[in-house]
Amino acid sequence: MEDLKQELKENIVEQLNLEDIAVEDIDDNDMLFGDGLGLDSIDALELIVMLDKNYGIKLTDPKEGRAIFESINVMAKYIFENRTK
Amino acid sequence: MKPVYINSLGSISCQKTFDNSSFLDEIISYEDHIILAVDPNYKDYISPANSRRMAKGVKMGVVASKIALNEANLETVDAIITGTGMGCLKDSEKFLSAIINNDEQFLTPTSFIQSTHNTVGGQIALGLQCKGYNFTYVHASISFESAVLDAKLMLENNEANTILVGGVDEIEDYTCSLHKLVNHIKKEKVNSTDLLRSKTEGAVFSEGANFFVLSNLKQESSYAQIVEIRTYNTLGNTSITDTASAFLKENNLNTEVIDLLILGNNGDVRYDGFYNELSAGIFKNTQQVYYKHLCGEFNTASSFGVWLASKILKTQKLPEQVKLNNIQPSNYKTVLLYNQYRGENHSFTLLRRC
Repeated sequence: MEDLKQELKENIVEQLNLEDIAVEDIDDNDMLFGDGLGLDSIDALELIVMLDKNYGIKLTDPKEGRAIFESINVMAKYIFENRTK
Repeated sequence: MKPVYINSLGSISCQKTFDNSSFLDEIISYEDHIILAVDPNYKDYISPANSRRMAKGVKMGVVASKIALNEANLETVDAIITGTGMGCLKDSEKFLSAIINNDEQFLTPTSFIQSTHNTVGGQIALGLQCKGYNFTYVHASISFESAVLDAKLMLENNEANTILVGGVDEIEDYTCSLHKLVNHIKKEKVNSTDLLRSKTEGAVFSEGANFFVLSNLKQESSYAQIVEIRTYNTLGNTSITDTASAFLKENNLNTEVIDLLILGNNGDVRYDGFYNELSAGIFKNTQQVYYKHLCGEFNTASSFGVWLASKILKTQKLPEQVKLNNIQPSNYKTVLLYNQYRGENHSFTLLRRC
């Protein structure tokens, strides 16, 4: 699980071009949207594609992402339970 | 009709032109066939949160426009008009590569959103919260001139008072590889100072952004007046000499009143003849300069020529490195710029000292 969390942080920083944020700056419980990392709706679409491409998880309803992308902890747990690759 | 002035400028190029307090004090010499723009510290102008989705072309355009606006002491403008020959190439290549590499699946939105030609104009407007006229001209190597012409018409007719006008293009690997295949880019690396002596096909490709605040309100700090700008997609059976003569005649001028001719020679042996015809012909007694050994060739490289002309007219100084001959006028009052790329999209721009 810890490896998955680290992998998620690295992917988020790289794919969302978070220029001023380092992987080690992200706490497992930080809010990814809003007051936390400050991600926005375009980032949410990027994360949905990332789930599909990297873990074989298809989110048919983008609203599902609101709960799944709450934090690294929540996201990692969801991926761990639902991944197909 | 109201006169149109260049009130301020901002430039990002292969030279350190982003500092308006200097004027080519230090020339960077290159030996290559593709050269990249010198980056200012973009974080000084754009916050990381805003810049994280911007490719280099967008950053160059946004920062060049900010430098121009700062110099003009303006918070916003009435309109934003951008010229770009190829638009946002980096994001276009990224998006198209993703389509191919991922078998048309897993397509992400960011690079697609940022790949449109009007991204630069849009991002500038978002930054300024400018809801005025916003237009992007994509007319190959007369994209910048088309933007200037549109702004000039609006300002002359008092439809706007201040307009941000600029030219911007970025380069990217795959597009460059295609240009290399068809010899648009020189096969050999060329030293900047030997560009016009290379006698080979193709040009040294590059990138950059040059933005100007144009206004029908003259300021003490204004750089120049834009008297006329004209574009010609093709010349037909008319020679460039006759075209230049007709252009001057329409403006009640002749070659003798032109103090400086600024030429867009790029060292392509197949097409520099257009420039040579003018420099050795009707303008042989006029001081001549060139600039693409400093900024390279790209679709909006002529905007660097206008930047150079503006600086010369304001400072009355001519850097040694741009001189094509040693004719020396007493001062610089009237400057003519001529540019073309691969024998098409010719343009004349006539500037006058304020």
